This record gives sequence, C-alpha cells and structure tokens, in this order.
Amino acid sequence: MKTILPILTVVAAIVAIWYAAAIPMNAQWAKDQAARADTTLTTGELVLDTWSQERPRLPAPHQVLSELWDSTGDMALNGRAFSKRSLILHAWYTLSATLLGFAIGTGLGILLAVGIVHSKAMDMGVMPWAIASQTIPILAIAPMIIVVLNSMGISGIIPKAIISAYLSFFPVVVGMVKGLRSPAMMDLDLMRTYSASRSQTFWKLRLPASMPYLFASLKVGIAAALVGTIVGELPTGAIRGLGARMLSGSYYGQTIQIWSALFAAAILAALLVGIIGIIQRRSLKRMGMAA
Amino acid sequence: MSWGWLIFALVFWAAAYALNVRLANSSASGTRAVGLAVPIIFGITILVVWEGLVRGLNVPLVILPAPSAIYAKFVTSVPTLWEDFVQTFIKGAMTGYIIGCGAAFITAVLIDRSKFLQAGLLPVGNFIAALPIVGTAPILVMWFGFDWESKAAVVVVMVFFPMLVNTVEGLAATTAMQRDLMSTYHASYLQTLTKLRLPAAMPFIFNGLKISTTLALIGAIVAEFFGSPIKGMGFRISTEVGKLGLDMVWAEIAVAAIAGSAFYGAVALIEKGVTFWHPSQRG
Repeated sequence: MKTILPILTVVAAIVAIWYAAAIPMNAQWAKDQAARADTTLTTGELVLDTWSQERPRLPAPHQVLSELWDSTGDMALNGRAFSKRSLILHAWYTLSATLLGFAIGTGLGILLAVGIVHSKAMDMGVMPWAIASQTIPILAIAPMIIVVLNSMGISGIIPKAIISAYLSFFPVVVGMVKGLRSPAMMDLDLMRTYSASRSQTFWKLRLPASMPYLFASLKVGIAAALVGTIVGELPTGAIRGLGARMLSGSYYGQTIQIWSALFAAAILAALLVGIIGIIQRRSLKRMGMAA
Repeated sequence: MSWGWLIFALVFWAAAYALNVRLANSSASGTRAVGLAVPIIFGITILVVWEGLVRGLNVPLVILPAPSAIYAKFVTSVPTLWEDFVQTFIKGAMTGYIIGCGAAFITAVLIDRSKFLQAGLLPVGNFIAALPIVGTAPILVMWFGFDWESKAAVVVVMVFFPMLVNTVEGLAATTAMQRDLMSTYHASYLQTLTKLRLPAAMPFIFNGLKISTTLALIGAIVAEFFGSPIKGMGFRISTEVGKLGLDMVWAEIAVAAIAGSAFYGAVALIEKGVTFWHPSQRG
C-alpha cells in the first residue's frame, strides 16, 4: 500500500499531463476545420474535439486504449483474433521471433561465458571485445541482416530472431562471466579441500552461484531482444509484427495505430520482464538465495 | 573457390590461437603489454579469417564484403561519411544526449527532496527504462519533422529514464553516518548536496551517462529509418541496403562503431578524473 499510492499518483499525473498536452497539439487542426466550416468553436467544444480527432497529432489516452481494445479483445470476442488487422496476431509474430532469438542468444551467451571463465586465452582475447561491443550501436546493422538473409533465401522469423539473439547475447555473456566468477576464494578453497574436479566445482559451486547474475542479465536481455525484433521488423516491407504496424502507421499518418502498437509493445515487454522476475524469485527462493 | 585463401585463414587462426594461449599462460601474462596484445591478436585474427573466407569461398559483395573492400570504400567516401556523421552524431545524438541527460539530472535533484515523488517515480522510471522506447521514433519524427531535431527528441526520450533512475539512486547512496556528520557541521541542504551527496552520487551518474552513450547513438540511427533528409548514418544504411551497396553499409557501421566507442571512452575518461577516489577506479 505504501508504494502503490505514490505510483498511482505519478501515473495519474502523467495521464493528466497527456490530456492537457493533447489540447494544444491538436488545436490547430480543430481550428482549421472550424474555419473551413465557417463556424467558431467555444473552448469546451475545442477541448472535446482535440480529444476525439480521427488522426490527431497526439491521441488522447482513451483513444489509444479503445483502439487497443478494438484490435485485441474485441476482435478476439468476435472470433477474429488472428485476422490481419488484429494486434494479437502481430504481437504473436513479434513475440515468437523475440523468444527464439532470446533462447539462441542466451544459450550461446552462457556457453561463451563458460569458455571465458575456463580459458585464460579466451578471457584475455574475447572479453575486451565483448565489453567494447556493448558501446557499439548494434541495431544499425539490423536492416542489413534482414536484406542479406532475404537475398540468401532466408526470410520470416529467422532474420528477426538473429537480431534479437545478437542483442541479448552480450548482456548475458558479461553477466554470466561476472556470476561464474562470483564465488569467493574461500568457497573455491573449500571445493579444493574436498578434492573436487573442475566440472564438479562448476556444477556444484560456480553455476548455482551465478544464478542471481544470470537472472539480472536475462531481464536486460529479453528487453533488448524485444527491441531488436521490433527494429528488425521495420525494413521487411512492413508486413508483420508490431514494428511493421508502427511503420505502416507512420506511412499513412495513422497516429492512433502507432500509439496502440507502441502500447502493445510496452505491455509485451512488461509481461516478459515480469515473467522472468517471477521465475527469478521462485528459483532463488528454492535455492535459498532469496533477497 | 580457391583453397589457398581458405587454408591460409585456417593456418593463421590456429597460429594466432596458439600464440594467444601461450601469451595468456606465460609468466608475463599479468603485464600491460600482454593484456593489450591478446585482444588485438584476437581482433586481427577475426579480420584475417573474414577476409580469407570471403576470398576463398568467393562470397559475393551483396552478402558479405571483405574487410579490405570495406576499407577501400571507407577511404574513398570520407566526405559522405563525415557529412552523415555530423548530421547523425553531432547534431542528432549529441544534442539529444546533452538535453536528455541534463533534464534527467535536474529532475532527479528536484524530486530528491520529496520521498513521495521518489517512491512514485522510481518504479515508473524503471518500468519505462525497460520498454522499447525506440518505438516512439515514428511519432517524434511526425512531430518534429524529418531533420535532426526529431532525432534529438528520440534521443532525449531514450536517455532520460535510465539517467533519472541512476541519478536518484546515486543521490541516495550516502550513509546515515555521513549525513549525520554534515548535520553536526550545521551544513545547509545546498552544502550537503554539493559537498557530500553529489560527489557520492558521481559513480552512479557516470554509470547512467555511459549507458546513455550507446542509447543515444542507437536512437539517432534508428529514428532515421522513419524519415530523414538525404544525409545521416541511418538514412545511408537503409538506402544503401536497398541498393545492395553493402560495402558502404559496413563503412557506416565502422563509423558508428568508432564513434560509439570513442564517445563511451571519452565519458569513461572523464569518470576516471572525477571519481578517482572510488574503489573501482583505484584498481
């Protein structure tokens, strides 16, 4: 209760600012329409008009929410959940590519981290590049990957998944290397006194000890993977996915469509991060590491 | 297919790997020279293997150009690359970075006095920082036009929340003991802020600044995919991809990589100077 009240206040303030901002943003169009129809608007009419335009510069929150409902829940109730205009379908395209890419990226990332921890040459050679690569705007290569793979005859989910795998890869590598190195000297010495082999030390000490770090980087990784998929959907000719909805919305000036796609992406991101958070809490609790 | 290049690439890879293992496990492995040499050898190996594979397998230019071809393109199109760099990095990314980080810093200092606002803004800020904010690019391009102003706006939105969250966290990083000391000195709020809490917050602030460098460049480049005047790195990448001029695309990516790491490096260098007292900097 102590945290919910401030959060609700802030959210309410954001919504209020949003409504207020919609008035000056959309007023010009409303005034132009009124001038064309040779009528003048009272202030009340002007305000109401700015909140209910068809193609506003800034749609009001209720317009976005109703569009969001129209293209998800309403369609699902009418049995058209997977029609072409349904955001559920587009969100599914995005989600499937994100999850595939995330799985690939995380798997490879963990493998590389294991290699780095066990081989000094890899540590010294690869690690600086893994860190440096985080400073590089990797997303810039997204359109190229899409087009190149397309020209090799690979299209659909794979190119998008590759981009999101690439984006979720490095956070996992860096986090896992830190995690696998997190056991203290004392713990490692204890394993030594048990005469544990390298693989026993790995499975019984290093891997369990790395779990908090793994989950922290998984959260970063899944958010990055979703961004990667959305950006990867931009240059595909805008057919499928939330990114494509945003692009086609921006081509045709359908601002409400852009905003609802943006909201859908935000909800998706929140769900994914939330699910990982739940898994994190459950598994850390079972392992006796709950904070 | 020419076997010579393939075999050369393989042999080079094996030799470099052996050399690296040797260096890393040698008695000199702790020295600075070896610490630099090993990653450099690894990087050169990747370039040589890349070149060898492209030449050996006759990979067409439209799929993957060789490093030498990219370098040739880079050298001959410096004026274009420079123009794109100025448009995207100096005008778009830097302007947005300074405005966004500055605004976030001021907001953080302002809300710092209200526990209530902090309790409300921090979870919301953390939540927003995890969202795909790049998605606001089409909206902002619509509002601010095609030129660099809209790119700067995207960058402002992208860097604001990570920076805000880090600064607020940093301002809370002092211990009760330190604050008590300031109050026994009868220090005013402003004195406590400038002499204790801001310096203590610096490691966090610089963490936010460093995260933001990458975000700024990504935001500026991706925003150009949604509309741009006929210059800019994102614009060049998307049009050259359409024309299958992949060597130019890779040249732009090289510029982006250099600019991104230089930007990050510059911020890290300033951090080293400002937070020289922090354990992570004393090595």
